Amino acid sequence: METYTLIVLLLAATIRVAAPLLLAALAGMFSERSGIIDLGLEGKMLGAAFAAAAVSAVSGSAWLGLAAGIVTSVALALLIGYACITHRGNQVVAGMAVTIMVAGLGPTLGLAWFGLGGQTPQLDGPGQRFTAIVWPWAKTAREAPFPGLLYAELLSGHNLLVYFAAALVPFSAWVLYRTRFGLRLRAVGENPQAVDTAGISVTALRYQAVIISGVLCGVAGTYLSVAASSGFVRDMTAGKGYLALAALIFGKWRPVPTLGACLLFAFTDALATRLQGVALPGVGVIPVQFILALPYVLTVLLLAGFVGQAKPPKAIGSPYGDK
Amino acid sequence: MSAPTKLPRWAELGLLPLLNLAAALVLSGLIVRIMGENPWTACKLLVTGALGSQEAIGYTLYYATNFIFTGLAVAVAYQAGLFNIGAEGQAYIGGLGTGLVCLWLGHWPFWAVLPLAVLAGAGAGAGWAFIPAWLQARRGSHIVITTIMFNFIAAALMTYLLVNVLIKPGQQSPETREFAAGATMPAVHELLAKVGIEFAATPFNLSFGLALVAAGLVWLFLWRTRWGYALRVAGENPTAAVYAGISPSRVTIGAMLLSGVLAGGLGLNELMGAQHRLLLDFPSGAGFVGIAVALMGRNHPVGIFGAAVLFGALAQGGSQLSFDLPKLNRDMVVVIQGLVILFCGALENVFRTPLAALWRRKEPGER
Amino acid sequence: MTALELRGIDKRFRAVHANKAVSLTVARGSVHGLIGENGAGKSTLMNVIYGFHRADAGEIRVQGKPVTIDSPQAAIAAGIGMVHQHFMLVENFTVLENIVLGAEGGRRLASGLAKARDELTRLAREYGLEVPLDAVVSELPVGLQQRVEILKALHRGADILILDEPTAVLAPQEADQLFRLLAHLRAQGKAVILVTHKLREIMAVTDRVTVMRHGAVVAEVATRETTPRELAEKMVGRAVLLQVEKGPARVGETLLNVDHLEVRDLHGVPRVKDVSFALRAGEIVGIAGVAGNGQSELLEALAGTLQPSRGEIRLEGRDLVREQLDPRARRRLGLAHVPEDRLHMGVIRSFSAQDNAILGYHDRPAYNRGLLVDRTAVRSDCEQKMRDYDVRPPNPKLSISAFSGGNQQKLVLAREIDADPRVLLVGQPTRGVDIGAIEFIHRRLVALRDAGKALLLVSVELDEILGLADRILVMNGGEIVGELARAEATEERLGLMMAGIKAEAAS
Repeated sequence: METYTLIVLLLAATIRVAAPLLLAALAGMFSERSGIIDLGLEGKMLGAAFAAAAVSAVSGSAWLGLAAGIVTSVALALLIGYACITHRGNQVVAGMAVTIMVAGLGPTLGLAWFGLGGQTPQLDGPGQRFTAIVWPWAKTAREAPFPGLLYAELLSGHNLLVYFAAALVPFSAWVLYRTRFGLRLRAVGENPQAVDTAGISVTALRYQAVIISGVLCGVAGTYLSVAASSGFVRDMTAGKGYLALAALIFGKWRPVPTLGACLLFAFTDALATRLQGVALPGVGVIPVQFILALPYVLTVLLLAGFVGQAKPPKAIGSPYGDK
Repeated sequence: MSAPTKLPRWAELGLLPLLNLAAALVLSGLIVRIMGENPWTACKLLVTGALGSQEAIGYTLYYATNFIFTGLAVAVAYQAGLFNIGAEGQAYIGGLGTGLVCLWLGHWPFWAVLPLAVLAGAGAGAGWAFIPAWLQARRGSHIVITTIMFNFIAAALMTYLLVNVLIKPGQQSPETREFAAGATMPAVHELLAKVGIEFAATPFNLSFGLALVAAGLVWLFLWRTRWGYALRVAGENPTAAVYAGISPSRVTIGAMLLSGVLAGGLGLNELMGAQHRLLLDFPSGAGFVGIAVALMGRNHPVGIFGAAVLFGALAQGGSQLSFDLPKLNRDMVVVIQGLVILFCGALENVFRTPLAALWRRKEPGER
Repeated sequence: MTALELRGIDKRFRAVHANKAVSLTVARGSVHGLIGENGAGKSTLMNVIYGFHRADAGEIRVQGKPVTIDSPQAAIAAGIGMVHQHFMLVENFTVLENIVLGAEGGRRLASGLAKARDELTRLAREYGLEVPLDAVVSELPVGLQQRVEILKALHRGADILILDEPTAVLAPQEADQLFRLLAHLRAQGKAVILVTHKLREIMAVTDRVTVMRHGAVVAEVATRETTPRELAEKMVGRAVLLQVEKGPARVGETLLNVDHLEVRDLHGVPRVKDVSFALRAGEIVGIAGVAGNGQSELLEALAGTLQPSRGEIRLEGRDLVREQLDPRARRRLGLAHVPEDRLHMGVIRSFSAQDNAILGYHDRPAYNRGLLVDRTAVRSDCEQKMRDYDVRPPNPKLSISAFSGGNQQKLVLAREIDADPRVLLVGQPTRGVDIGAIEFIHRRLVALRDAGKALLLVSVELDEILGLADRILVMNGGEIVGELARAEATEERLGLMMAGIKAEAAS
């Protein structure tokens, strides 16, 4: 019974950690499927996290915060697009540059606007955050361990953005595999020349992909500062953008396997938190750092072809067009 | 379709980087303006903060030393056609090597510790670079992604070691005990004092000289030896390398090892020269600044030296900003770094294309 | 009756005048040939028609009406379809997905795909263009991939079909099938433009032919009223060719022995199958064949840039395969290599001429002094090469990309010949090289033969093979299908053998 509760709580924590990862990973999926390496995930999330928290703090509305997060992230995405698509710049450098710039810009603006040394004010007013939505009868259901507790902890009790992230997986799969846009997106990441000769603008397609990535990173960033915590703090993405990238690779650039990878990585994170300083029978204390490093190690092993194989879109990283 | 736009050498190496830098600085000024401070005041503070006194200059060059090492590390890999994002992790693990030697042998005389510390730093840095290099060469794993992953793995490993193994007993913060005297890199003000010159006490130390030597050796290696030639051939055109009997995978591994060695130099300056102990996150982003330095310095040691001093000045001047302008702090420097990377690396064609057009108009007619 | 008319199309790329007031008329229900040497401006013209480039001046009329074509989309809307030499297919897509790309018929795929499937089944029946619609493109043979490209154009309602060097990648049988298909399209009232530099194809399948040289149209004639010789002269701009002056070969000992060699590509498909031959001092052996029949892989396997999967290569008794000697080690043993693809393999575009002149030989003692490169030696050596091989301009410090194709090739040749090899492998020595340089290069190769070296020449230009080789091996489908002494070889016999008909049957 005790173990069962622990496991359910662990899974609930997994879902909460997985949500922003998933949003960012799917953002990266759209960008990379179009042929643009998305090393800017971290930066776009961080920018959105700051903007969302700042606007929510000032306006008192989480929804306005979300809008600001999305607008900021899309603006950064367009900057990357301008560099990489219009000016054929190096995609890795563009992503890194935006990430580094935002890492400085957030705290700088935080200080200048709120005088809070790189933070935004605490979001504690009504409507300033996306809070957990409790489903009907969840409280009563909790009393019955199975399936009541599962219902109460895993289905109920998350904020709106978690449900959005969950719904996004089938929706992305549908877009990618069942729509004209998806067909073209997959084509442009594999062979942009084929798309060009078919009379479709490679530039327009890639900009669309980059903008979608911006929107989703905007939601992911908002989740961090306005839903999962109450305000922006310095460096609050803490590498989640790169972890999302790893999950995307681990999921082989496909929506459903990417969801699996995000859940796996989130689970290791939740587990690490849970196991901190806990001695396991027969094993002793597992250093939490080792568990936290696991996703990165797994991704490297995958890239090395030791566990499965990850084949990126063929045209990724190479600019397209004359000049 | 058409060949990449050609610019004369002086424009390519001088004018273009300056234009890119200017654009980054103008935009930074705009941000300062938006935040309600005067960009001119900020600029003046930056310059005096970085160069206005002996102390400022000492700090600037102390920061620059780190950036020379990491800039060279990124550049050597780049010349071999590899994007090494992992200089941060390589510097971190390289510093572990240097730090361990200093902890164990610090009671030896300095002249005996130094070579061992250099070797240990170089070896550990190279070792950390070897795995992504090997994976790229033999398994085709994208080195950009693997080096990013290795940065995180390095951070986890170092945190574990410092928290659980190397921490000074009876202490809260995760850092080792202080090195013994033999493991202290002589500071420049001490050396100058010996010849009777007075200089403000700063962490500016002998490893600056080592960084310059490294830059010279890198230049000599890349442009004046057959191995450097082979490295550049493989970086420019792997197919032609195979044709010439140069193994691209061996170049990949060799270049990354060298890259790791150079990144490992950071520990000499930061640990032996300034901190005198091993501590969490001592590279503090220098590996990433190295990318900016290499890009701005056009992957050439001379350019890297210039860019490193510039970024050193920014790092030092930036800390000065926060004292005098309440609305600004050091993070503004990170913004400028990001903008410089953006303009020098990703947006370079914004200026190159019109410049090249200008150039063509000056020299019309057949080629 | 006119499907496509170009009037005074003019296009410049900076200093290069690629199209000079080109006019061209293509009738409905006809196959129109466009012929010219590499660099004559054919591709530029086709790219203008298909909307990749915009002409600086001139007019395009389709079915009698002037049209503006500023993008492939506009070209498609005007009823123009194009089959590129390098197929524009997404390799991991199915045939159906490739064909509907850009013409999906709605935001959701399902209905569009179903409609396209019906339409394509009809088209396939009408033109005899059977293609498995649900197969993944990368798993189809080249001939079928080309059909996919043609279907793609027809599916978009193309009335004017441009084919750019369509047979370069085809086996002869596949080419015959293609020509039958073109005849069929003509009968259906389509206008077909066939871009090629192969005279045989022009004579076989076209109704009219336009010849381009140096960016301008130099002739337009009915195919029936001309001869291959006349067309060739117009293409080159003077009487061809080009009989290389050479005496009889004084053949010496065997230097290179190839036994049961097999080379497989990345997918494990054998590209060179059980090839055996010997190469002797003082002779030039030519390898003839349609491009893509294993000659390139054979050459690379000999040079050491590709690993054979089976067989032996012996150079004066040493087994290069068993000893796993890399290209550098082979050079030391006296095996030099002028690669087929100069720009991708033979030179480093961003390097200076002098740095390119030591590529592959950079670790020779002559270029090094201790640990360092001897820059003075490298420069004077390059100056010497430039004098000897008449490389212009004679400036070792200049970037190699500032030299013309012919001068680059002369420098590559100088590099490989000056190393004094026993055996020289030469691939497409005059590809992208101007006429003057061609003669120079041919004379050099013959001189090397007369100096007692062994040369293996791979070329897709039959004229070059016939002009230089003392003995000719013909490759088809990765095999050597026959060997002819120079005296026995005629263009017709070689042509038959290249089409896969064995030597005995051909004689």
